[in-house]
Amino acid sequence: MAEKKKATTKKITSKKEDIKKVAPVKEEVKKQAAAPAVKPKATAASAAAPAKTTVGSTTKQDARIGVFICHCGTNIAGSMDISAVQEYAKTIPNVAYVDNYKYMCSMPGQAVINKAIHDNKLTGVVVAACSPRLHEPTFRTATKEGGLNPFRFEMANIREQNAWVHMHDNVGSTDKAKDAIRIAVAKAALLQDLFPKTVPVEKAAMVVGAGVAGMQAALDLAAAGIKTYLVEADTSIGGRMSQLDKTFPTLDCSQCILTPKMVDVGRAQLIELMTWSEVDSVEGYIGNFDVTVRKKARGVISMAEGEARGIVGGGCNGCGDCETICPVIKPNEFEVGMKPRKAIYINHPQVVPLLYTIDFNSCIKCGLCVTTCGEKKAIDLEAKDELVKVKVGTVILATGFDIFPIEKKEEWGYKRFENVITSLEFERLICASGPTSGHLIRPSDGETPKRVAFVLCAGSRDNTGIGKPYCSRFCCMYSLKHCHQIIEKVPGCIPYIFYMDIRSFGKMYEEFYYRIQDEGAKFIRGRVANILEDPKTKNLHVMADDTLLDRPVDMEVDLVVLAAAVQPKEDTNRTRKLFGVSCSQDGWLLEAHPKLNPCGTTTAGVFLAGVCQGPKDIPDTVASAEGAASAASIPIHKGEVELEPYFATCIEEKCAGCGMCVNLCPYSALALVEKNGRTVMEVTEAKCKGCGTCGGFCPGGAIWMNHFATPQIVAQIDAFLLGGEQ
Amino acid sequence: MSAPGNFAIPERGPGIWQPKIQGIVCNWCSYAGADLAGGGRIQYPPDIRIVRVMCTGRLDSLFVLKAFADGADGVLVSGCHFGDCHYLEGNFKAAKRMFMVKRLMKSIGLDDRRFRMTFVSASEGAKWGAVVTDVVNVIRELGPSPITEFKK
Repeated sequence: MAEKKKATTKKITSKKEDIKKVAPVKEEVKKQAAAPAVKPKATAASAAAPAKTTVGSTTKQDARIGVFICHCGTNIAGSMDISAVQEYAKTIPNVAYVDNYKYMCSMPGQAVINKAIHDNKLTGVVVAACSPRLHEPTFRTATKEGGLNPFRFEMANIREQNAWVHMHDNVGSTDKAKDAIRIAVAKAALLQDLFPKTVPVEKAAMVVGAGVAGMQAALDLAAAGIKTYLVEADTSIGGRMSQLDKTFPTLDCSQCILTPKMVDVGRAQLIELMTWSEVDSVEGYIGNFDVTVRKKARGVISMAEGEARGIVGGGCNGCGDCETICPVIKPNEFEVGMKPRKAIYINHPQVVPLLYTIDFNSCIKCGLCVTTCGEKKAIDLEAKDELVKVKVGTVILATGFDIFPIEKKEEWGYKRFENVITSLEFERLICASGPTSGHLIRPSDGETPKRVAFVLCAGSRDNTGIGKPYCSRFCCMYSLKHCHQIIEKVPGCIPYIFYMDIRSFGKMYEEFYYRIQDEGAKFIRGRVANILEDPKTKNLHVMADDTLLDRPVDMEVDLVVLAAAVQPKEDTNRTRKLFGVSCSQDGWLLEAHPKLNPCGTTTAGVFLAGVCQGPKDIPDTVASAEGAASAASIPIHKGEVELEPYFATCIEEKCAGCGMCVNLCPYSALALVEKNGRTVMEVTEAKCKGCGTCGGFCPGGAIWMNHFATPQIVAQIDAFLLGGEQ
Repeated sequence: MSAPGNFAIPERGPGIWQPKIQGIVCNWCSYAGADLAGGGRIQYPPDIRIVRVMCTGRLDSLFVLKAFADGADGVLVSGCHFGDCHYLEGNFKAAKRMFMVKRLMKSIGLDDRRFRMTFVSASEGAKWGAVVTDVVNVIRELGPSPITEFKK
């Protein structure tokens, strides 16, 4: 055993030498004044120019790596033998110093690193702690403060990918930690000084989606002096909130508090409103997104456009004459199909912008509207989609949600039984500006219901595979609000709530719940198993198990309201692919960190606001929008951002100019150029995002991926498999 | 979803073979997924060692072959789901290289089950645990790499 160990150690040292020959170490490197990043060149090429050295450079000396092991309290120390790991780390080649500390990320922990770099003349730092996705920036700063280039730091993940996942395997996790440190040291010994590139940030932002979240974000950005493009797919801004009647728990009229905001958005000088528009394509990176917006053919021009076209007093003034004369009748989506609309329409009288839209899918182009519009010449039946290019520094996604198609839960009979409706339909029915002017009626016969059953968790908290496993968060509260509205508006009508739990978690929510109890709503704890219809009366039998009385319930009611779950917007997948954002398992857009970065995403410069990230009530939505606006304004106010210097560079002496890499690059960052009479590849650093696709393919090994160079990765593989204890 | 049923802590000691599995995972999806598995305390066998790259597109066939030549019993490459790549299409390129390497492995008589490419997103912590457990189980079934045996 001992002999074998010796043999392998020898092997790894010899391997290391091999690698060093291949790797362009500092000695062979010429720092170019124009491009601050280190470019590897062969010795022959740079022999004439003496290499510049920076503090802590490994030039002409062997790598001296410091290893710092974090206990993370008992998070790491509880699953492995830290002292054994530390003793082992001392035996790893190139390791000059080993220390451990209870919390390496704390100020004293970072001071340990700082001091060790100075005292031991370290050339690289390895911290064995949590995930680099969490604390790499922290320790890079510590490395920098110790006088080294921050990219001379490598992290060994011994928490998320070791201590926490091998909690009952002390031996296994200790061995894994030893290997992880050895692998990290192997890389750290070959790391180079790198210099992040700063790029200017375009002083403009884009908000996608103009519901309450998008509007708030746009208003905040504009108030901070930032030009904001607000893109909305619908004909008007306002989103879901404009469909609501009242808001809980204050019972404010939704329109009354929303429309002033809508008017503000319409009026704000710095907000460019793009309704009836969709994002078509996105290129670029933080600070410099080139977004193409498709302005869908609207068929109606605004007064501003009219003026631009030289029509005096022209353009749509929202008079509505065209709507009166239009012969085409379609279901009104804004009223959830409960009211008709024409082929030329507005959603509701308070729309912003007050501008009619032609639904070209149903328009028969009879031309009656054009005649009626007359001198204003606002209608153009031959309108085409228009592509508009804008450049923005940051983007906020506030794309909102859809209602879960609750007819999938067949047992509740939505779309089979006329008197089973969803909460959004109820909301429109009880709303004074709705299809019935606020008179609650049942769809089958127009009678006023006397008994209304509310079914909570309709499709939420459902593990059958048909519904959604998550809690939709605001259904409990709006159903309580609906009960209040019934008691207030429909005398003699009794609301019954079938619930699993009432989740009244917000400010004044629990008090609202008690108030509704006192007002006379009836609460039955039990999930509704089945709803049956009496074919004669069209009344409904709600079958449930009352779990408080422990007996089955069969209740005859006149109307059933399903508090349907919410789900990600249908085109969420398209949106997230456009902007390079991930989604969580349930389809909502994924934040960078659920607790500490709920507005950010893994794509720098793209932020999330509102329900597109997960169910939120209005206060939470507005708060998240303000958070996102603040986060999105930081890079813009800073004026520049640092990009990680992970881009590709070409080792020209090795490049055969085959051009295979040029077609591989997804960002068209590579090109073939003539240099010294040879065709070689050249990288446009501003376009390169550092994926390494070219470096993974280059048949000649001529592409050097900064920080993920082939010798560095091979050293890691060798360190794992050839080094260590057998 | 943690898998104490799917694996047991193996007997360890001098002379008892433990699988050596080289993982190469992308920073944005699978590495984040593996971190999420940690946060969720999803337990899986410790026989894998991860090298982080920014994108699986960085995967040079050389890395896989080097790992096997160095004596790895298995290699796991894991990236984003198709269409979800942080760099648009790196995972497609990696998958193409994977097929190439798998053919090469077959032609030299190395069981291509020793090399696997999976797709684990940043939200699939439990899946990461299941993937690693499965890879370790398969490698344990296949036994030590014939390359290591041959070297002896």
